[in-house]
Amino acid sequence: MANLSVNFAGIKSPNPFWLASAPPTNSGYQIMKAFDAGWGGAVWKTLGVPVINVSSRYGALNYRDTRMMGFNNIELITDRPLKDNLREIEEVKKYFPNNAVIASLMVETREQWHQIVKDVENAGADGIELNFGCPHGMCERGMGSAVGQDPVVLQTIVSWVMEVAKIPVIVKLTPNISHIQDPANAAQAGGANAVSLINTIQSVINVDIDNFVPTPMVDGKSTNGGYCGPAVKPIALNMVKNVALEPGFKLPISGIGGVENWKDAVEFVLMGSSTVQVCTAAMHYGFGIIREITSGFERYMDEKGFKTVDEMVGKALPQTKHWEELNLKYKVVAEINEDKCIGCQLCYIACEDGAHQAIGLSSDADNRKPHIIEENCVGCNLCSLVCPVENCITMVRRDDGKQHLTWKERTEQGTIPTTFNDELAGGLHHWVPEPADALKNKTLQKN
Amino acid sequence: MSEYKIPTTETEFEANFSAKKPLMDKNEAFYESSRCLFCYDAPCIKACPTSIDIPLFIRQINTNNLDGAAKTIYDSNYFGHSCGQVCPTDVLCEGACVYNHQDVKAIEIGRLQAHATNHVIQNDKKLYTVPEKTNGKKVAIIGSGAAGIACACELRMLGYTVDVYEAKEKPSGLTIYGIAPYKLTNQAVLDEMNYLQKQFGYTIKYNSPIHSQADILKLEEYDAIFIGIGLGNTSTLGIKGENHADCIGATEFIEVLRMQHHKTKVGKKVIVLGGGNTAIDAASEAARMGAEKVILAYRRSKEEMSGYDFEYDLAKKSGAVGLFNVAPVEIIASAEKITGVKFVKMQTVNSKLEVIKDSEFIEECDMVIRATGQLKQVGFLNLITDLKLDDKDRVIVNSKFQTTNPKYFAGGDVINGGKEVVNAAADGKVAAREIHLMLTVDFKEF
Ligand SMILES: Cc1cc2nc3c(=O)[nH]c(=O)nc-3n(C[C@H](O)[C@H](O)[C@H](O)COP(=O)(O)OP(=O)(O)OC[C@H]3O[C@@H](n4cnc5c(N)ncnc54)[C@H](O)[C@@H]3O)c2cc1C
Ligand SMILES: Cc1cc2nc3c(=O)[nH]c(=O)nc-3n(C[C@H](O)[C@H](O)[C@H](O)COP(=O)(O)O)c2cc1C
Ligand code: SF4
Ligand code: SF4
Ligand code: SF4
Repeated sequence: MANLSVNFAGIKSPNPFWLASAPPTNSGYQIMKAFDAGWGGAVWKTLGVPVINVSSRYGALNYRDTRMMGFNNIELITDRPLKDNLREIEEVKKYFPNNAVIASLMVETREQWHQIVKDVENAGADGIELNFGCPHGMCERGMGSAVGQDPVVLQTIVSWVMEVAKIPVIVKLTPNISHIQDPANAAQAGGANAVSLINTIQSVINVDIDNFVPTPMVDGKSTNGGYCGPAVKPIALNMVKNVALEPGFKLPISGIGGVENWKDAVEFVLMGSSTVQVCTAAMHYGFGIIREITSGFERYMDEKGFKTVDEMVGKALPQTKHWEELNLKYKVVAEINEDKCIGCQLCYIACEDGAHQAIGLSSDADNRKPHIIEENCVGCNLCSLVCPVENCITMVRRDDGKQHLTWKERTEQGTIPTTFNDELAGGLHHWVPEPADALKNKTLQKN
Repeated sequence: MSEYKIPTTETEFEANFSAKKPLMDKNEAFYESSRCLFCYDAPCIKACPTSIDIPLFIRQINTNNLDGAAKTIYDSNYFGHSCGQVCPTDVLCEGACVYNHQDVKAIEIGRLQAHATNHVIQNDKKLYTVPEKTNGKKVAIIGSGAAGIACACELRMLGYTVDVYEAKEKPSGLTIYGIAPYKLTNQAVLDEMNYLQKQFGYTIKYNSPIHSQADILKLEEYDAIFIGIGLGNTSTLGIKGENHADCIGATEFIEVLRMQHHKTKVGKKVIVLGGGNTAIDAASEAARMGAEKVILAYRRSKEEMSGYDFEYDLAKKSGAVGLFNVAPVEIIASAEKITGVKFVKMQTVNSKLEVIKDSEFIEECDMVIRATGQLKQVGFLNLITDLKLDDKDRVIVNSKFQTTNPKYFAGGDVINGGKEVVNAAADGKVAAREIHLMLTVDFKEF
């Protein structure tokens, strides 16, 4: 049986699934409920300087009938008094000594940092997370992402914390920066024990087109907020991978952003996260989703023969390369399984209008099943992605698998192509219809 | 057997005839529209006789553009709302939906269509503006069924003055007088008819049957004439006893039912003769009117019925039972009442239908509904000079819906012998465009 327990930079947790610092971790009540439901750890809603929140705080991006594909908020850090939170941390730790309670912090001056670190340590927190990510409201006051976006300031503050911290310190990174490795390196240089990423992405989620104001609306006005939820997972995965692959970067990573199910969690771990954090999914469905995450994750580990989570961490990283290291000799083409095809012709129009005119229709109007015009197929995957039938279009390999040539190798050999019709690899021109054909053939009927 | 109690009030009638395809609310329409794949060159469009751009209107519903969705529908089919509710979608658009190939429930296109059109009708959203000035030409339309009204709408858009002559007192033809009440309510039909007339501004002259030579001569003062008279009364059987008052034609029975609702008189034991959709409808309807027993008697086997399977299933669910391979030879009746039908058993030998000797038997009943096909209005049609009918007495038209008398065009049941509302709506619209071409472009070509 798979062992889910982890030791993250010295913080022990019965499983790698933590609640991210956010409304679900606003109070001891919620965190006790979450631990009782099966969450391994919780990063307390950020504690710090006094704030006041506005009313009307969230907006959602729906996709057709799927609610909250993306989510955005204009909330600040906790608005509950520090001493209440400290008392509740103590109480939670009494009930759940084996679960991880991490205190998220955000203050301004060196003195304030020293004080609050001691406060949460005394309350019994297992770790500290420094919130350098909040992209609205706090950055204007020189905190949150204002710190996260400036590696020098970030390193300074981390070192202030490290002057007093006795428990592990995680630095939470903001994605609102073009080169995430810089703040990650600064955190490491400042002495932090781990990083977590991503916090929310600056966003305007929607515009109320009747009232000419973005959402969420506060008395007729709005502002940019922080974006999260399933839609941000690809961005988060890329940033986790950038940090994980950064030469010289050695700290463990807690992956955050769009995790909703076991598969999302596995993906974050394979890309280098040792724990994962969840916010939006818990806000949407409640703490109960942990059962699905745990059961799927465990089954995956058993199936793949992983005994511990550590064995999984970063498993996909060696296969994650720069573009110039990809094999130009590799060649796949699309193949349609006629037995499965339902004749929607979405693949046809996608390739015809959006790719390479490599799918043809039958001249027999009763036969709605398209066919691949193989010599034109560049193997882009588009058709297989739009096809509504599982495994109906597959990409099959056509090269012999023996040849290997990358752009990097060609650069080193000095054989970078000088013409578009480069035969050494790839760049062979394929057939493209004449522009005027667009007005002639309504449908392409090659073959 | 009776699942239905005899309705004695309008409310009880409505309960017995509750909608087979109820209107969707906004939520249901949203979730259902979300499922549509937006197929390329979508097969559902091809299966629709009026070629409504179905994926487009479904997406418009999904993006909360109901006016746009309704416009997409009406642009192709002026009976958009009625069709959404009465079309046999299982064999049309929904039958062609690609989801069927995946064993997933087809998109409920008909109900989505009714949802969007209901929105514009109930909120009186004006989608069309006819030209302010007419083009000086006038067209007469005989019959205010789907064919006639569709033709009228399109001609008004093209600038013609249009007068519709209707024999009865209500518009829409069989849509209000013939279709089963659980498909479409009288109110829903009339609302759509008012909605159309208000926007398109054609005139309907009710209670104005065209039946004499003189009537026809008057009509010929118009620049063109469109014939949309549908079919006629139910044909007779030629057997003893069928003239009894309790032996009634199916379309006549349904017309009474649609107009009088719970006040319609129905027997305790009803035998419906026929195997088409009209017979099946009449059997369903008699059962819903509280008849204790309803028998659907057909000359051939169940498999050979021309009615749709899903309609037969619905009739069975309402309580009707099938009696197959039997032909009526006599309606047994005294002066006061019918007591039964004498049948003879039939068999098919070498694909020919034969009587089985000495197999007569009597099935008791007190009411008979004949659903043995509708007659064509041959007498009337023969009054029109040069107008030719085919061997089944259908008006012959060319691909332009023009009859053998070039001034006359025709569409709907009168040319196809009885199909669906949607076919009539399709014909009427195309015929209008052809009338326009004839009157504006090159007369000689025709
Ligand atoms: C019992 C039954 C059930 C049906 N159920 C369905 C269904 O569920 N779905 C479906 O799509 N279709 C159904 N149909 C078929 C559908 O009703 C017809 O195909 C459609 O109504 C044909 O339209 P139309 O305009 O050609 O003729 P009609 O609807 O018959 O309209 C003809 C109009 O012309 C008028 N008229 C006739 N003669 C004259 C004259 N001499 N002068 C002036 N006016 C005249 C009539 O009064 C009538 O209003 C059903 C038909 C029947 C009989
Ligand atoms: C309403 C809301 C408030 C948040 N508040 C905080 C906060 O106080 N401190 C913090 O570090 N992150 C905060 N976050 C960011 C989340 O912890 C998390 O990084 C982000 O939502 C991405 O994860 P997700 O896609 O699972 O939601 C907040 C997010 C939301 C939606
Ligand atoms: S893989 Fe790309 S190019 Fe090939 S058929 Fe599919 S869409 Fe067209
Ligand atoms: S997208 Fe898939 S199901 Fe649709 S036509 Fe293409 S292969 Fe067939
Ligand atoms: S066939 Fe079905 S899924 Fe495809 S466009 Fe039509 S309704 Fe939508």
